[in-house]
Amino acid sequence: MILTARALKKTYGITPALAGADFEIAPGEVVAVMGPSGSGKSTLLHCIAGIIAPDEGTVEFDGRDLGSMSDVERSALRRSEFGFVFQFGQLVPELSCRENVALPLRLDGVARRVAEQRADALLEALEVGGVAKQRPGTVSGGEGQRVAVARALVTDPRVLFADEPTGALDSLNGERVMELLTAAARERNTAVVLVTHETRVAAYSDREVIVRDGRTRETVSS
Amino acid sequence: MAIGTTFLGLLEAGPRHGYDLKRAYDERFGADRPLSYGQVYATLARLLKNGLVEVDGVEPGSGPERKRYAITDAGVTDVERWLAQPEKPEPYLQSTLYAKVVLALLTGRGAHELLDAQRAEHLRLMRELTARRRDGDIADVLICDHALFHLEADVRWLELTAARLDELEAVVA
Ligand SMILES: Nc1ncnc2c1ncn2[C@@H]1O[C@H](COP(=O)(O)OP(=O)(O)OP(=O)(O)O)[C@@H](O)[C@H]1O
Ligand SMILES: [Mg+2]
Repeated sequence: MILTARALKKTYGITPALAGADFEIAPGEVVAVMGPSGSGKSTLLHCIAGIIAPDEGTVEFDGRDLGSMSDVERSALRRSEFGFVFQFGQLVPELSCRENVALPLRLDGVARRVAEQRADALLEALEVGGVAKQRPGTVSGGEGQRVAVARALVTDPRVLFADEPTGALDSLNGERVMELLTAAARERNTAVVLVTHETRVAAYSDREVIVRDGRTRETVSS
Repeated sequence: MAIGTTFLGLLEAGPRHGYDLKRAYDERFGADRPLSYGQVYATLARLLKNGLVEVDGVEPGSGPERKRYAITDAGVTDVERWLAQPEKPEPYLQSTLYAKVVLALLTGRGAHELLDAQRAEHLRLMRELTARRRDGDIADVLICDHALFHLEADVRWLELTAARLDELEAVVA
Protein backbone atom coordinates (compact mmCIF):
# COMPACT_ATOMS: atom_id res chain seq x y z
CA MET A 1 0.00 0.00 0.00
CA ILE A 2 1.23 3.47 -0.83
CA LEU A 3 -1.32 5.20 1.43
CA THR A 4 -3.06 3.81 4.50
CA ALA A 5 -5.49 5.52 6.87
CA ARG A 6 -6.92 3.95 10.02
CA ALA A 7 -9.84 4.89 12.26
CA LEU A 8 -10.05 8.52 11.14
CA LYS A 9 -12.32 10.82 13.12
CA LYS A 10 -13.01 14.47 12.41
CA THR A 11 -15.66 16.70 13.96
CA TYR A 12 -16.57 20.22 12.86
CA GLY A 13 -18.11 21.93 15.89
CA ILE A 14 -20.73 19.35 16.75
CA THR A 15 -20.96 17.86 13.24
CA PRO A 16 -19.16 14.49 13.05
CA ALA A 17 -17.81 14.48 9.49
CA LEU A 18 -15.74 11.29 9.96
CA ALA A 19 -16.58 8.73 12.61
CA GLY A 20 -14.03 5.98 12.15
CA ALA A 21 -13.04 5.80 8.49
CA ASP A 22 -10.41 3.46 7.04
CA PHE A 23 -8.78 3.73 3.66
CA GLU A 24 -5.93 2.20 1.72
CA ILE A 25 -4.68 2.30 -1.83
CA ALA A 26 -1.92 0.48 -3.69
CA PRO A 27 0.39 2.01 -6.30
CA GLY A 28 -1.37 2.26 -9.65
CA GLU A 29 -4.76 1.46 -8.18
CA VAL A 30 -7.88 3.53 -8.94
CA VAL A 31 -10.30 3.63 -6.00
CA ALA A 32 -13.70 5.32 -6.21
CA VAL A 33 -15.06 6.94 -3.06
CA MET A 34 -18.84 7.14 -3.16
CA GLY A 35 -21.67 7.86 -0.76
CA PRO A 36 -24.50 10.31 -0.13
CA SER A 37 -23.95 14.05 -0.02
CA GLY A 38 -22.56 15.13 3.34
CA SER A 39 -21.41 11.62 4.25
CA GLY A 40 -17.77 12.74 4.64
CA LYS A 41 -16.15 11.94 1.27
CA SER A 42 -14.35 15.27 0.83
CA THR A 43 -13.34 15.32 4.49
CA LEU A 44 -11.82 11.85 4.05
CA LEU A 45 -9.95 13.01 0.96
CA HIS A 46 -8.63 16.12 2.74
CA CYS A 47 -7.44 14.02 5.69
CA ILE A 48 -5.64 11.37 3.66
CA ALA A 49 -4.05 14.05 1.46
CA GLY A 50 -2.68 15.86 4.50
CA ILE A 51 -4.70 19.03 3.81
CA ILE A 52 -6.48 18.85 7.16
CA ALA A 53 -5.47 16.94 10.29
CA PRO A 54 -7.93 14.33 11.65
CA ASP A 55 -8.90 14.58 15.35
CA GLU A 56 -8.05 10.89 15.75
CA GLY A 57 -6.58 8.13 13.63
CA THR A 58 -3.46 7.77 11.51
CA VAL A 59 -2.47 8.41 7.91
CA GLU A 60 0.65 6.82 6.48
CA PHE A 61 2.15 7.60 3.10
CA ASP A 62 4.84 5.15 1.99
CA GLY A 63 5.45 4.15 5.60
CA ARG A 64 5.69 7.76 6.86
CA ASP A 65 3.20 9.01 9.44
CA LEU A 66 1.64 12.30 8.30
CA GLY A 67 0.53 13.16 11.84
CA SER A 68 4.08 13.38 13.13
CA MET A 69 5.34 15.64 10.34
CA SER A 70 5.67 19.40 10.64
CA ASP A 71 3.41 21.59 8.49
CA VAL A 72 6.39 22.41 6.29
CA GLU A 73 7.23 18.73 5.78
CA ARG A 74 3.61 17.94 5.05
CA SER A 75 3.22 20.63 2.44
CA ALA A 76 6.50 19.59 0.82
CA LEU A 77 5.16 16.04 0.67
CA ARG A 78 1.90 17.26 -0.87
CA ARG A 79 3.79 19.23 -3.51
CA SER A 80 6.14 16.47 -4.53
CA GLU A 81 4.10 13.28 -4.10
CA PHE A 82 0.44 14.29 -4.53
CA GLY A 83 -1.59 15.77 -7.36
CA PHE A 84 -5.03 17.34 -7.07
CA VAL A 85 -8.00 17.80 -9.38
CA PHE A 86 -11.21 19.43 -8.20
CA GLN A 87 -14.59 20.14 -9.73
CA PHE A 88 -13.63 23.62 -10.97
CA GLY A 89 -11.83 26.87 -10.30
CA GLN A 90 -8.32 25.56 -9.87
CA LEU A 91 -6.42 27.12 -12.76
CA VAL A 92 -4.80 30.53 -12.39
CA PRO A 93 -6.79 32.81 -14.74
CA GLU A 94 -3.87 35.14 -15.53
CA LEU A 95 -1.62 32.36 -16.82
CA SER A 96 -1.88 30.46 -20.10
CA CYS A 97 -2.84 26.78 -19.93
CA ARG A 98 0.78 25.83 -20.62
CA GLU A 99 2.00 28.09 -17.80
CA ASN A 100 -0.63 26.65 -15.49
CA VAL A 101 0.55 23.10 -16.13
CA ALA A 102 4.20 24.12 -15.81
CA LEU A 103 3.57 26.04 -12.57
CA PRO A 104 4.15 23.20 -10.05
CA LEU A 105 7.51 22.46 -11.70
CA ARG A 106 8.46 26.14 -11.78
CA LEU A 107 7.68 26.36 -8.03
CA ASP A 108 10.08 23.46 -7.56
CA GLY A 109 12.80 25.42 -9.34
CA VAL A 110 12.69 23.62 -12.69
CA ALA A 111 13.88 25.80 -15.58
CA ARG A 112 11.13 27.39 -17.64
CA ARG A 113 12.06 25.68 -20.90
CA VAL A 114 12.15 22.22 -19.34
CA ALA A 115 8.94 22.79 -17.37
CA GLU A 116 7.06 24.00 -20.43
CA GLN A 117 8.29 21.12 -22.54
CA ARG A 118 6.92 18.68 -20.01
CA ALA A 119 3.70 20.66 -19.79
CA ASP A 120 3.29 20.50 -23.57
CA ALA A 121 3.85 16.74 -23.63
CA LEU A 122 1.14 16.22 -21.02
CA LEU A 123 -1.29 18.59 -22.72
CA GLU A 124 -0.73 16.55 -25.91
CA ALA A 125 -1.38 13.29 -24.07
CA LEU A 126 -4.64 14.69 -22.72
CA GLU A 127 -5.57 15.84 -26.23
CA VAL A 128 -5.58 19.56 -25.41
CA GLY A 129 -2.26 20.53 -26.98
CA GLY A 130 -4.17 23.08 -29.04
CA VAL A 131 -5.13 25.28 -26.08
CA ALA A 132 -1.59 25.58 -24.62
CA LYS A 133 -1.35 29.32 -25.33
CA GLN A 134 -4.90 30.21 -24.28
CA ARG A 135 -5.96 31.41 -20.87
CA PRO A 136 -8.30 29.14 -18.83
CA GLY A 137 -11.19 31.61 -19.23
CA THR A 138 -11.22 31.05 -22.98
CA VAL A 139 -11.38 27.22 -23.06
CA SER A 140 -14.37 24.92 -22.58
CA GLY A 141 -15.13 23.18 -19.29
CA GLY A 142 -13.99 19.82 -20.62
CA GLU A 143 -10.74 21.27 -21.96
CA GLY A 144 -10.17 23.11 -18.68
CA GLN A 145 -10.52 19.88 -16.69
CA ARG A 146 -8.00 18.13 -18.94
CA VAL A 147 -5.58 21.00 -18.38
CA ALA A 148 -6.19 20.59 -14.63
CA VAL A 149 -5.45 16.86 -14.90
CA ALA A 150 -2.24 17.67 -16.81
CA ARG A 151 -1.20 20.08 -14.08
CA ALA A 152 -1.95 17.50 -11.37
CA LEU A 153 0.21 14.91 -13.13
CA VAL A 154 3.13 17.11 -14.22
CA THR A 155 5.21 16.40 -11.10
CA ASP A 156 4.70 12.64 -11.56
CA PRO A 157 2.89 12.31 -8.22
CA ARG A 158 2.51 8.94 -6.51
CA VAL A 159 -1.14 9.67 -5.65
CA LEU A 160 -3.68 11.71 -7.59
CA PHE A 161 -6.63 13.01 -5.57
CA ALA A 162 -9.70 13.87 -7.65
CA ASP A 163 -12.83 15.27 -5.98
CA GLU A 164 -15.74 15.21 -8.46
CA PRO A 165 -13.42 15.84 -11.44
CA THR A 166 -16.30 15.46 -13.89
CA GLY A 167 -18.93 17.14 -11.71
CA ALA A 168 -19.28 20.17 -13.95
CA LEU A 169 -19.11 18.33 -17.30
CA ASP A 170 -21.69 16.71 -19.58
CA SER A 171 -21.45 12.94 -20.00
CA LEU A 172 -19.46 13.00 -23.24
CA ASN A 173 -16.77 15.27 -21.78
CA GLY A 174 -16.89 13.49 -18.44
CA GLU A 175 -16.21 10.16 -20.15
CA ARG A 176 -13.29 11.59 -22.09
CA VAL A 177 -11.73 13.17 -19.00
CA MET A 178 -12.04 9.86 -17.13
CA GLU A 179 -10.57 7.86 -20.01
CA LEU A 180 -7.59 10.18 -20.32
CA LEU A 181 -7.11 10.58 -16.58
CA THR A 182 -7.10 6.83 -15.88
CA ALA A 183 -4.92 6.08 -18.92
CA ALA A 184 -2.34 8.70 -17.89
CA ALA A 185 -2.39 7.50 -14.28
CA ARG A 186 -1.97 3.84 -15.24
CA GLU A 187 0.92 4.67 -17.51
CA ARG A 188 2.73 6.33 -14.58
CA ASN A 189 1.60 3.80 -11.97
CA THR A 190 -0.05 6.69 -10.10
CA ALA A 191 -2.68 5.72 -7.53
CA VAL A 192 -5.97 7.60 -7.99
CA VAL A 193 -8.43 8.47 -5.23
CA LEU A 194 -11.59 9.38 -7.09
CA VAL A 195 -14.50 10.97 -5.21
CA THR A 196 -17.65 10.87 -7.30
CA HIS A 197 -21.45 10.80 -7.18
CA GLU A 198 -21.74 9.14 -10.56
CA THR A 199 -21.70 5.38 -10.95
CA ARG A 200 -20.59 5.68 -14.56
CA VAL A 201 -17.50 7.56 -13.38
CA ALA A 202 -16.93 5.06 -10.56
CA ALA A 203 -16.95 2.30 -13.18
CA TYR A 204 -13.48 3.50 -14.24
CA SER A 205 -12.14 2.40 -10.85
CA ASP A 206 -10.71 -0.96 -9.80
CA ARG A 207 -12.55 -0.90 -6.49
CA GLU A 208 -14.97 1.29 -4.58
CA VAL A 209 -15.25 2.46 -1.01
CA ILE A 210 -18.59 3.70 0.27
CA VAL A 211 -18.79 6.41 2.91
CA ARG A 212 -21.96 6.54 4.97
CA ASP A 213 -22.35 8.72 8.07
CA GLY A 214 -18.60 9.24 8.28
CA ARG A 215 -17.75 5.54 8.12
CA THR A 216 -16.25 3.63 5.24
CA ARG A 217 -17.45 0.35 3.87
CA GLU A 218 -15.93 -1.61 1.11
CA THR A 219 -18.34 -3.43 -1.16
CA VAL A 220 -17.01 -6.68 -2.42
CA SER A 221 -18.76 -7.87 -5.51
CA SER A 222 -19.50 -11.54 -5.84
CA MET B 1 -40.86 -12.23 -11.11
CA ALA B 2 -40.50 -15.36 -8.97
CA ILE B 3 -44.06 -15.92 -7.74
CA GLY B 4 -43.13 -19.07 -5.80
CA THR B 5 -40.41 -17.44 -3.73
CA THR B 6 -42.58 -14.40 -3.18
CA PHE B 7 -45.29 -16.68 -1.78
CA LEU B 8 -42.74 -18.27 0.50
CA GLY B 9 -41.67 -14.85 1.76
CA LEU B 10 -45.29 -13.94 2.47
CA LEU B 11 -45.82 -17.27 4.26
CA GLU B 12 -42.84 -16.70 6.52
CA ALA B 13 -44.87 -14.32 8.64
CA GLY B 14 -47.51 -17.03 9.23
CA PRO B 15 -49.67 -19.65 7.49
CA ARG B 16 -52.28 -18.48 4.97
CA HIS B 17 -54.98 -19.82 2.70
CA GLY B 18 -54.48 -19.69 -1.04
CA TYR B 19 -56.99 -16.86 -1.56
CA ASP B 20 -55.38 -14.92 1.26
CA LEU B 21 -51.97 -15.32 -0.39
CA LYS B 22 -53.35 -14.13 -3.71
CA ARG B 23 -54.84 -11.07 -2.04
CA ALA B 24 -51.58 -10.23 -0.23
CA TYR B 25 -49.60 -10.72 -3.43
CA ASP B 26 -51.92 -8.62 -5.61
CA GLU B 27 -52.01 -5.87 -3.01
CA ARG B 28 -48.25 -5.57 -2.74
CA PHE B 29 -46.86 -6.67 -6.08
CA GLY B 30 -49.68 -7.23 -8.55
CA ALA B 31 -50.52 -3.61 -9.40
CA ASP B 32 -50.85 -4.14 -13.14
CA ARG B 33 -51.12 -7.92 -13.26
CA PRO B 34 -53.13 -9.63 -10.54
CA LEU B 35 -52.61 -13.41 -10.29
CA SER B 36 -55.23 -15.84 -11.57
CA TYR B 37 -56.45 -18.53 -9.18
CA GLY B 38 -55.00 -21.07 -11.60
CA GLN B 39 -51.53 -19.56 -11.13
CA VAL B 40 -51.96 -19.44 -7.37
CA TYR B 41 -52.88 -23.10 -6.98
CA ALA B 42 -50.38 -24.33 -9.57
CA THR B 43 -47.65 -22.46 -7.72
CA LEU B 44 -48.74 -23.82 -4.35
CA ALA B 45 -48.88 -27.37 -5.74
CA ARG B 46 -45.30 -27.00 -6.98
CA LEU B 47 -44.09 -25.62 -3.64
CA LEU B 48 -45.86 -28.49 -1.86
CA LYS B 49 -44.29 -31.08 -4.14
CA ASN B 50 -40.82 -29.59 -3.54
CA GLY B 51 -41.30 -29.66 0.21
CA LEU B 52 -41.10 -25.87 0.56
CA VAL B 53 -44.60 -25.56 2.06
CA GLU B 54 -46.86 -27.97 3.90
CA VAL B 55 -50.57 -28.11 4.51
CA ASP B 56 -51.13 -26.66 7.92
CA GLY B 57 -54.83 -27.31 8.23
CA VAL B 58 -57.88 -28.15 6.15
CA GLU B 59 -61.29 -26.67 6.72
CA PRO B 60 -64.45 -28.75 6.23
CA GLY B 61 -65.63 -28.97 2.63
CA SER B 62 -63.66 -29.73 -0.49
CA GLY B 63 -61.37 -28.06 -3.07
CA PRO B 64 -57.94 -26.50 -2.82
CA GLU B 65 -59.28 -23.26 -1.34
CA ARG B 66 -59.94 -25.07 1.96
CA LYS B 67 -56.28 -25.68 2.64
CA ARG B 68 -54.07 -23.53 4.76
CA TYR B 69 -50.36 -23.51 3.87
CA ALA B 70 -47.31 -23.06 6.08
CA ILE B 71 -43.68 -22.59 5.10
CA THR B 72 -41.20 -25.39 5.89
CA ASP B 73 -37.56 -25.03 7.00
CA ALA B 74 -36.52 -25.79 3.44
CA GLY B 75 -38.83 -22.98 2.31
CA VAL B 76 -37.22 -20.52 4.71
CA THR B 77 -33.79 -21.51 3.39
CA ASP B 78 -35.07 -20.89 -0.12
CA VAL B 79 -36.20 -17.36 0.75
CA GLU B 80 -32.92 -16.71 2.50
CA ARG B 81 -30.95 -17.78 -0.56
CA TRP B 82 -33.12 -15.75 -2.96
CA LEU B 83 -32.75 -12.57 -0.95
CA ALA B 84 -28.99 -12.96 -0.52
CA GLN B 85 -28.29 -13.72 -4.19
CA PRO B 86 -28.01 -10.55 -6.32
CA GLU B 87 -30.01 -10.56 -9.54
CA LYS B 88 -28.15 -10.72 -12.80
CA PRO B 89 -28.08 -7.05 -13.84
CA GLU B 90 -30.37 -6.42 -16.79
CA PRO B 91 -32.94 -3.81 -17.74
CA TYR B 92 -36.37 -3.87 -16.12
CA LEU B 93 -35.37 -5.64 -12.94
CA GLN B 94 -37.31 -3.17 -10.88
CA SER B 95 -40.30 -5.36 -9.98
CA THR B 96 -38.11 -8.22 -8.71
CA LEU B 97 -35.85 -5.89 -6.76
CA TYR B 98 -38.82 -4.11 -5.24
CA ALA B 99 -40.31 -7.44 -4.14
CA LYS B 100 -37.02 -8.48 -2.57
CA VAL B 101 -36.76 -5.26 -0.60
CA VAL B 102 -40.34 -5.49 0.66
CA LEU B 103 -39.97 -9.15 1.62
CA ALA B 104 -36.65 -8.51 3.37
CA LEU B 105 -38.38 -5.87 5.50
CA LEU B 106 -41.49 -8.03 6.04
CA THR B 107 -39.43 -10.96 7.25
CA GLY B 108 -37.19 -8.85 9.47
CA ARG B 109 -34.05 -9.34 7.39
CA GLY B 110 -31.83 -6.39 6.53
CA ALA B 111 -32.66 -4.79 3.20
CA HIS B 112 -29.46 -2.71 3.24
CA GLU B 113 -27.38 -5.84 2.69
CA LEU B 114 -29.29 -6.94 -0.37
CA LEU B 115 -29.26 -3.42 -1.84
CA ASP B 116 -25.49 -3.21 -1.29
CA ALA B 117 -24.89 -6.65 -2.80
CA GLN B 118 -27.01 -5.74 -5.82
CA ARG B 119 -25.23 -2.42 -6.23
CA ALA B 120 -21.85 -4.18 -6.17
CA GLU B 121 -23.08 -6.65 -8.79
CA HIS B 122 -24.24 -3.80 -11.03
CA LEU B 123 -20.96 -1.95 -10.62
CA ARG B 124 -19.02 -5.10 -11.48
CA LEU B 125 -20.85 -5.32 -14.80
CA MET B 126 -20.44 -1.58 -15.38
CA ARG B 127 -16.66 -1.95 -14.93
CA GLU B 128 -16.64 -4.75 -17.47
CA LEU B 129 -18.61 -2.66 -19.98
CA THR B 130 -16.40 0.37 -19.35
CA ALA B 131 -13.31 -1.72 -20.13
CA ARG B 132 -14.92 -3.18 -23.25
CA ARG B 133 -15.95 0.32 -24.31
CA ARG B 134 -12.41 1.62 -23.87
CA ASP B 135 -10.89 -1.08 -26.06
CA GLY B 136 -13.68 -1.17 -28.62
CA ASP B 137 -14.69 0.62 -31.81
CA ILE B 138 -17.52 3.13 -32.12
CA ALA B 139 -20.13 0.35 -32.37
CA ASP B 140 -18.92 -1.15 -29.08
CA VAL B 141 -18.95 2.30 -27.51
CA LEU B 142 -22.57 2.91 -28.47
CA ILE B 143 -23.75 -0.55 -27.44
CA CYS B 144 -21.94 -0.38 -24.11
CA ASP B 145 -23.23 3.16 -23.49
CA HIS B 146 -26.80 1.97 -23.83
CA ALA B 147 -26.28 -0.79 -21.28
CA LEU B 148 -24.33 1.53 -18.98
CA PHE B 149 -27.08 4.15 -18.90
CA HIS B 150 -29.70 1.51 -18.01
CA LEU B 151 -27.51 0.04 -15.29
CA GLU B 152 -26.82 3.51 -13.96
CA ALA B 153 -30.56 4.14 -13.69
CA ASP B 154 -30.93 0.92 -11.67
CA VAL B 155 -28.11 1.95 -9.37
CA ARG B 156 -29.74 5.32 -8.77
CA TRP B 157 -32.91 3.53 -7.82
CA LEU B 158 -30.95 1.25 -5.46
CA GLU B 159 -29.35 4.29 -3.81
CA LEU B 160 -32.61 6.18 -3.43
CA THR B 161 -34.32 3.08 -2.06
CA ALA B 162 -31.50 2.63 0.47
CA ALA B 163 -32.02 6.23 1.56
CA ARG B 164 -35.77 5.63 1.97
CA LEU B 165 -35.77 2.26 3.72
CA ASP B 166 -37.03 3.64 7.05
CA GLU B 167 -39.93 5.28 5.30
CA LEU B 168 -40.78 2.07 3.42
CA GLU B 169 -40.40 -0.07 6.52
CA ALA B 170 -42.92 2.08 8.35
CA VAL B 171 -45.61 1.30 5.76
CA VAL B 172 -44.91 -2.36 4.91
CA ALA B 173 -43.92 -3.87 8.24
N1 LIG C 1 -15.09 23.22 6.89
C1 LIG C 1 -16.21 22.72 7.45
N2 LIG C 1 -16.81 23.33 8.49
C2 LIG C 1 -17.92 22.82 9.08
N3 LIG C 1 -18.53 21.69 8.68
C3 LIG C 1 -18.00 21.03 7.64
C4 LIG C 1 -16.82 21.50 6.96
N4 LIG C 1 -16.52 20.64 5.97
C5 LIG C 1 -17.47 19.67 6.02
N5 LIG C 1 -18.36 19.90 7.00
C6 LIG C 1 -19.50 19.02 7.37
O1 LIG C 1 -19.03 17.70 7.49
C7 LIG C 1 -19.92 16.77 6.89
C8 LIG C 1 -19.23 16.00 5.78
O2 LIG C 1 -18.90 16.92 4.74
P1 LIG C 1 -18.13 16.51 3.41
O3 LIG C 1 -17.86 17.76 2.65
O4 LIG C 1 -16.97 15.67 3.76
O5 LIG C 1 -19.23 15.63 2.68
P2 LIG C 1 -19.25 15.02 1.18
O6 LIG C 1 -19.52 13.57 1.33
O7 LIG C 1 -18.02 15.42 0.45
O8 LIG C 1 -20.53 15.72 0.55
P3 LIG C 1 -20.81 16.17 -0.99
O9 LIG C 1 -21.12 14.91 -1.74
O10 LIG C 1 -22.02 17.03 -0.86
O11 LIG C 1 -19.60 16.88 -1.50
C9 LIG C 1 -21.11 17.60 6.41
O12 LIG C 1 -22.11 17.54 7.39
C10 LIG C 1 -20.54 18.99 6.29
O13 LIG C 1 -21.54 19.95 6.48
MG1 LIG D 1 -17.64 16.63 -1.27
